[in-house]
Formats: sequence, C-alpha cells, structure tokens
Amino acid sequence: MELLVAILIGVLFMIGTYLILTRRLLRIILGTVLLSHGAHLLLMTTAGLKRGAPPLLGEEAAAYTDPLPQALILTSIVISFGVTSFILVLAYRTYKQLGTDDMEQLRRQEDE
Amino acid sequence: MNMNDVILRTATKVITFIILTFSLYMFFAGHNNPGGGFIGGLITASALVLLYLSFDLESMKKVLPVNYIAMTAIGLLIAVATGMGSFLFGAPFLSHAFGYYDLPLFGEKTELATAVLFDLGVYLTVVGITMTIILAIGEDQT
Amino acid sequence: MSWLHLIVLAPFLATVLIPVIHKVSPKLHIGWAVLLLPVVLLISLLSQIGAVSKHQVVEETMPWIPSYGLSFDVYLDGLSMLFALLITGIGTLVVLYSIYYLDKHKERLQAFYVYLLLFMGAMLGVVLSDNLMLLYLFWEATSLASFLLIAYWTHREKSRYGAQKSMLITVFGGMAMLAGFILLYVMGGTFSIRGLVEQASQLAADPLFVPAMLLVLLGAFTKSAQFPFHIWLPDAMEAPTPVSAYLHSATMVKAGLYLVARMTPIFAGQAEWFWLVAGFGLLTLLWGSFSAVKQTDLKSILAFSTISQLGLIMSLLGVGSLAVLYDAADERLFYAAVLAAVFHLFNHATFKGALFMVAGIVDHETGTRDIRKLGGLMSLMPVTFTVAVVGGLSMAGLPPFNGFLSKEMFFTGMLKVLAADIFALETWGILFPVIAVIASIFTFVYSLMLIMRTFLGKLQPEKLEKKPHEAPIGMLISPIVLASLVLLVGFYPNLVAYSLLEPAVSAILPSLLAPGDHFEAHISFWHGWNTELYMTIGVIAVGLLLVLTLRRWISLYDQLPQRLTLNRLYDGMLVGLQKGSSKGTDLYMTGSLRTYLVYILMFFILVIGGSIVGHRPTLDMSGNAPVAAYELLLALILAGSAVAIVLVSSRMSAILATGAVGYMVSLYFVILRAPDLALTQLVVETVSVALFLLCFYHLPKLRRDMNRVRFQSANFVIAIGVGAIITFLTLAVQGVRPFASISDYFLDNSYKEAGGDNVVNVILVDFRGFDTMLEILVLGIASIGIYALIKLRMTGGESREHE
Repeated sequence: MELLVAILIGVLFMIGTYLILTRRLLRIILGTVLLSHGAHLLLMTTAGLKRGAPPLLGEEAAAYTDPLPQALILTSIVISFGVTSFILVLAYRTYKQLGTDDMEQLRRQEDE
Repeated sequence: MNMNDVILRTATKVITFIILTFSLYMFFAGHNNPGGGFIGGLITASALVLLYLSFDLESMKKVLPVNYIAMTAIGLLIAVATGMGSFLFGAPFLSHAFGYYDLPLFGEKTELATAVLFDLGVYLTVVGITMTIILAIGEDQT
Repeated sequence: MSWLHLIVLAPFLATVLIPVIHKVSPKLHIGWAVLLLPVVLLISLLSQIGAVSKHQVVEETMPWIPSYGLSFDVYLDGLSMLFALLITGIGTLVVLYSIYYLDKHKERLQAFYVYLLLFMGAMLGVVLSDNLMLLYLFWEATSLASFLLIAYWTHREKSRYGAQKSMLITVFGGMAMLAGFILLYVMGGTFSIRGLVEQASQLAADPLFVPAMLLVLLGAFTKSAQFPFHIWLPDAMEAPTPVSAYLHSATMVKAGLYLVARMTPIFAGQAEWFWLVAGFGLLTLLWGSFSAVKQTDLKSILAFSTISQLGLIMSLLGVGSLAVLYDAADERLFYAAVLAAVFHLFNHATFKGALFMVAGIVDHETGTRDIRKLGGLMSLMPVTFTVAVVGGLSMAGLPPFNGFLSKEMFFTGMLKVLAADIFALETWGILFPVIAVIASIFTFVYSLMLIMRTFLGKLQPEKLEKKPHEAPIGMLISPIVLASLVLLVGFYPNLVAYSLLEPAVSAILPSLLAPGDHFEAHISFWHGWNTELYMTIGVIAVGLLLVLTLRRWISLYDQLPQRLTLNRLYDGMLVGLQKGSSKGTDLYMTGSLRTYLVYILMFFILVIGGSIVGHRPTLDMSGNAPVAAYELLLALILAGSAVAIVLVSSRMSAILATGAVGYMVSLYFVILRAPDLALTQLVVETVSVALFLLCFYHLPKLRRDMNRVRFQSANFVIAIGVGAIITFLTLAVQGVRPFASISDYFLDNSYKEAGGDNVVNVILVDFRGFDTMLEILVLGIASIGIYALIKLRMTGGESREHE
C-alpha cells in the first residue's frame, strides 16, 4: 500500500511540476492544485497507512490511525482552497485587464 | 424558460433542503463523529451555490438578503470572542469547557461544549467566504 | 549622563525641536533659534578650558550595549578641546551667516538646520568619544550629514552627483577604518582608545599591526581628502556656501587629521606610519596647490586650497611622529612639527572659513563665482574686500597674519627632517623642504590670484546677473569675526599657545611628557635671519614674479593630459560597476516565472537528490499494509486523470480532469481511514470546480503550449526528477520515528479533556484552536483580496499607461 501511494504521490508531483513550468496561467494553477494533493497524501503516508481505525473514539478500537496529520491536512485543504481561489481570480482579472494568459506575453507587457 | 430549467429548479428546491439539513447535521456531529465547522460550512455553501445557479442572482438577492462579508466578520468575531471568553474564567486564550446537561427534547446527558461555539464561528466564516468569492465572480460576469 | 554626554547629544535632541519651533512661530527664521545651541555649547566648553590647559582630563562613561562591552565613553583632553571649540565656534558663526545667506521664503530651512545639527552632533561625537565603535558610528554620521547637505539643492544634478561621490568615497574609507578598528580590538582586546594607547608597545609587535594601520589611514585619508581620494571635495562645493565653510574646510575634513593625531600615540615611531602620513601629506599639499591655480571658480580654488592645506597639516603630523624616536635632547626638534600642525589647523579654520564666507557673499551679491566674470569689486564691497585680503594674505603666509607664523613653523618642521638619520631620511630628507617651498609658491600664487581677479581690475557689470553691492551687515559679522581672529592670533599668538595648542600637543605625544610637565610652546614673530625666513622671502619673490607673468604660463595647464584624470577613473568605475551589476543581474533575473521555478526545482533536485545518493537510506517495506484490487484500480484512475490534464487540449476537460483527481484523492482518504478529510475534500473539490468553470468561462481556448521543444523536454526531465525524488522520500521516511509522536497524547486526552470523540475535530477546535482561528483569518484575507480584485477595479496597469 505504501509503495502504491508513494508512486501516486510521485505522479502527482511530477505532473504538478510539469504544469507549473508551462506558460498558460490556467495550467499553472491546476499544477498547484495537483501539488497540494500530492503534499496531502505525503503527510498521510509519513504517519503510516491503515494503522488502525479512523480516529473516532466512538469506534472503541484497539488502535487508531494517527489523527495529527489528518488535522494538519484538513487545515491545509481549506487554506489551499483559499489560495487557489485567490490566484484563480487573480488570473481571471489579469486576463480581463491585459487580454492574455500567457506568462511570456505578460512578462513582456511588464517590461514596456 | 425551457424544459431544463424547470427540472433543475424543481429538483433544486428539494435537494437544497436535503443538503442544508445534512450540513447542519454535519456541523453538530463534528465533535464526536466526522464533520465540523469546515465541512458543515462548505456543504451549506455548496447548497447555496446550487440555489444561485438555478435561480438568477437578482431574485436570490430578494429571497436571501444576506451580506456574506458581514457573515465572515461575524464568524471571525465569534471565534475570537469564544477565545476571549476564557479570560473571564481566568483561563488562557481559547480554553474550552464542556459539561453534560439534561435538556428537554435532546434527551438526557446532552453534551454542551464551548468548542461548538468556536466551531460556529468557523462555520459562519467558511460560508461567508465561499459565498463572497463565488458571488463576486458571478456578479462580475453578468 | 554627564554634561559632556549632553554636549554630544544636545544637537541631536535639538533636531526634534526644529519642527515644533517652526510650528509655533512660522515667521521666525529658524536659524535664530538654532543659533542658541552652538553658543551655549561653546560657552560650556570654554568654561573647561582652564582645567584642560592644566592637562586635566574630563572623562565620563555611560553604558551603551553592555553585552558587547560597548559603552558611551566620552573624553575631553587638549586635542578634543581644540576640535570641539572649532566645531562649536565656527558652527556659531556659520549659523549666523546662514541666517542671512538662506532666504526663509525660498529654502527648506527646517531640513537644512536639521542636517546641520545632525552634523554638529556627529562631529562632536567623533572628537569626544573614547570608544572606537562609537567614534566609527559618529564618523559615518558625519558622512551622512555631509551627503544630505551637499545634496541640499536636490534639483541640481551636480549637487546630487557631488553628494553621491563624497558619500561613496568617505563611506568606503569609513568601512576600511572600521576594519582597522576591529583589528585593533583583536590585538588589544578593547575598543577604548586610551586602553589601546596604554598597550601601544605590545601592539607594535603584532603581525596585524601594519594592516590595521593601513586601514585606519585609509579612513583618515578619504575623510581628509588626501591624494588620490581628494576628488570628492571639489564636487562637494555644490553645497550651500555656509556648509562648505563649515564642513568642507573647517571641521569635517579635519576629522581625518583628528584621527591621525589621535592614533599617533599608538602608531607613531613606525616607518610605515611616517612615510604614509608625511608622504601622502606632501603629495596632497603639492597637488592641491598646483591644481588650485588653474581653477576659475572661487569655491573650486578654495576647495583645492583646502586639499593642499590639509596635506600640509598631514605631513606635519607625519614628521612629528618622529619625535617619539628621539630622546629628550632631540625631541624638541620634532614635537615642534606637531605644534605647527595644531597651530595651522586652528589658523586654517579661521582664514579659510573667512574666505569661504567671502566667496559666498560674492556669489550672493553678484550671482556668479567665476573669476573670469568678476573683477573690480573692491570699491563696491569694501568690507568684504578687507576680509578677503586678511584671509588671502594669511593663506599666502605673509606677515603679520597668523598664517605667516604657522607657515614659518611648517618650514622649521620640514627643515628638521634634514637632521633625521633614520628611515632612509639621509637620502630622501631633502625632498621635504623642497616640496614645501614649491607648494608654498603655488599657494602664494592662487591666494593673490583669488584677491586680484575678484576685487581688483575692471568691473564687468554686463557679465553679472545682479548689480553688485555690499552684503547686509548680518552676513558680514561672521567673516569679520574670523578675520579679526586672524589678525589677533597673528599679533598675539601666545594667547592660544598655552591655553589651546600645548594641551593638544601633549595629547598627541603623551609619552614624551613626565606627569605635570609642559611642552615649550612659545611662538614668536622674529627668530632672526634664519633659513625659514629666507625661504619665505624666496617664496614671495618667485610667487610675485609668477603672478605678474600669470597670463604667459597659465596656458601650460592645458597641455596636461585631460583623459587620464582621477575623476574620469572614478566616473568610469561607477558606470562600469552599475552596468556590470545590472548585466550580471539580468543574466539570471529574467523576469520569467519558469526560469525562477527551474532554479528552485533544480536546487531541490540537487540538494535532496544529492543527499539521498550520499546517505543511501534503506527502504523498510515490512510493516506495509496490503493492497486490495479496488485500491489499485483507484490509483490507476487517479494517475490517468492526472496525465490527462497535460494531454487534453480543451480547457473544460483539463478542469474536469483536475476535479476527477480531487475526487479520487477524497476516495483515497476514505480508504486511508480519514473520514473528515474525505468529506472536506469532496466538498472543496465541488466548490473549486464550480469556481474554475466560472472564472474560465471567458478565457481563451487552451492552446497547446507553444514552448520550444527544448524547453518542453527540459520541463519533462525536471518534472520526472521531482516526482522520483518525492516518491523515494515518501518511502524513505516510512517507519522512521526519531521521537514519540504527540498524537498519542491527543488520542488519550481527547475525550477526557475536551469531551469529544472525533479526535481530528477536537485537535482543530480545541487543542490547536489557535491555528484554526488564524486559518480562518487567512481565508478571510483571501476573500477580501478576491473581493477587492473584482469589485474595486484596482487597475494599476491602466493608470500607469496614462502617465
């Protein structure tokens, strides 16, 4: 299981990295979304996978999975939602204002 | 108004209330079962988004005259105030307390925790923020 | 805090009051209020002169940064006293002069006086502090104040150029000096100057001694405009004339001399010290007086003259350092040079201050400082002319003015070098008096030229911007006071000899005095027909001849190479530096997001990948959970959707594919026993996709990237590198638990302390409630940002285009 998830994380990071290196704003934003998915799974995995019941004490299980990374990831999901929507709207405004979503063209406009 | 709209609206009326009820359940369940302010807030927001999608913005404004920015502010205020409340009892910032009470309707040994108040702040903030963002963009395009 | 601390700090404190005074009485010329301060300081210093002339030393200490052993130690001895009196005395006269020079309606007077007070405080700090770090701090503060004052007329390009030049050169020297001070600290273990003087003999044996000396001298030479660092001083003449009179002739440029004098007890007796101080002094003396003759601007002449006179004093301090090498019988020969240095320092402040003020008056009343346009002002400005004659002839070294006395003593000092038999002076010693005489001839020429071209000859009213007339009386007071001092000290030199000069000499050469003893410091007019007198007569004769034939040989200066001047070198270096660094920056700061990301990611790959290769961690797969078939299927769908984002060409499909990835991740959270996460991820994904679709409804079709193939393959390689390293890292950190996790505490106490069964939720709202509060705050800020972007129409780009 760990190996499978590790490979999944690798794939997410790889594609996320590839996307943020491209020139289209939308792809860059999608890339950051993938990177945060990858980071969330990475946090999960470092604590060990399936090492017990979900961290709900009502289950009265002998062992629970680690609740700490889950709390961290929950925070992270919400924050990345906020950040993603912000850069999304930034991209949207940039396009409306400047008429392009190409990073290279944006850069040239800045120089003028 | 074409056929699609009619189906969408009729379905939305029913679905929205199911989602809203579910979101409230999620919010209150949070302390002991999966759920909580974040999830409850986001589900509520998605129900509202659904409403805004099927009916237009103008009529929604009449039906739901809510200022979501104010809602965000109130949510943040509640969260901070809950934290400050612990000062009254000489405890550090954001100390929580809980107890069990026999309440009518809810049954015996109902748990009341100040943490739920804090979560209410989170809930309101999340609803307010999500709706602010989506409505800001939605209004910009019309 | 003692009164001595107060003297240093009072000007700084007074700066705060200036805006207040301006507010209270806006009609008052703020200079009148400022004038009080140097007067009070001068009086309180004069009250100590009796004690100081008896070699009593005032020292006060105050903790500053005790943890670093730095204390605000101030120290008043003869040398400090002489400088402090010059600073406050000339300061008083300059402030008085500036009240009439600067128009209160046209100038930013508040700024001017704040800078001036800043300088006064910093300069007092330099000469009064005993702690080297404190001295450095004040030293740089004087550079800063000088920068601000030179650039006072900010609209003039030359002002800004001159200010930058002086700043760069003096601060460069200051940095070197700081390094020298730190070396001294390394050797002596103390920042206290007195502490270092006490162990001077041990210090001399240290290998760091000579480097420290060179660095300290670099600071002194840049500040005192010694060759080849003198180039900033002529450009500093762009400052208002009161500033030139104060900073760039009487006080700040003498800070370097002060430093050399102060450091003499530590460094004197070394061959390097003697040759550097005396050698650069003589070179500067010669070059300054030589260059002054070709100048046509009154203030430029005075600037080069100041450079040359500073060189003169420097060379005297160098020769005087020989005194410590000779025993009691011969030492008189050389401490006379130090006495001459101190005396000339005082005299220079008086006559040069007066001359600068005269130049300011001429500029103010005629509108020009170009001596080719001036002439014949004698009858129109009789008082100014008188002051100019007194100052000019004193500078030329003619009797009965004070300049004559110190010039004679200068010759004496240079002649004594012939008697020295160390440091190869038997062969080279003859150069000293020869250079002295040549430089004095040039000094004589430009002094007379200054007076004659301005005041004698024919008036050329058509070349002047204003109709010339005598200056108002207020403007004349200060130069008259200085000129009277020139005369008074000329006739009665012994007024200052024992009260001011002798204590200063004893502070420079403390090792030569037994306790309670005094140097012989009697200064007399007539020494009989000795060599010095013949030298003076020779100087006057040759000088007069040259002045009379000036027109025939002045064109010789044009034959000098114009291309290889030091100023060109400075400008070239500055331009080269700017161009070079801008080119260097452009090389890697391309402004392209991709480039920066490539740097970051390459660094990541190199460092993390490198350490993986270096450490070769073992992968422990033992405790791994089993994989079910549906899990594998989900993983394939997840990876497939992720790959699809890259491959699809439609924008909509890309967004939907990203949504699919998000939903798969939330399913994975279910598998990994995280119900809260699964729910949150599910809803967030829904809202995000809606948001994406809303936003990109209007955006253009997602075209295939038009990147060059080379870029694409590079991106691909980097992406694979990052993915591989992350995968490896994930596996490598498995099962590594260097310390017990706090999670067990949360699991144990969640119900007991917070009354909640859902541990994740309890952590969020209770145990780590503060984090959550800040988190929703972040969300709030993001939403405000989004709202502002959409609603407020902050169109920075457009408004910039309109400009």
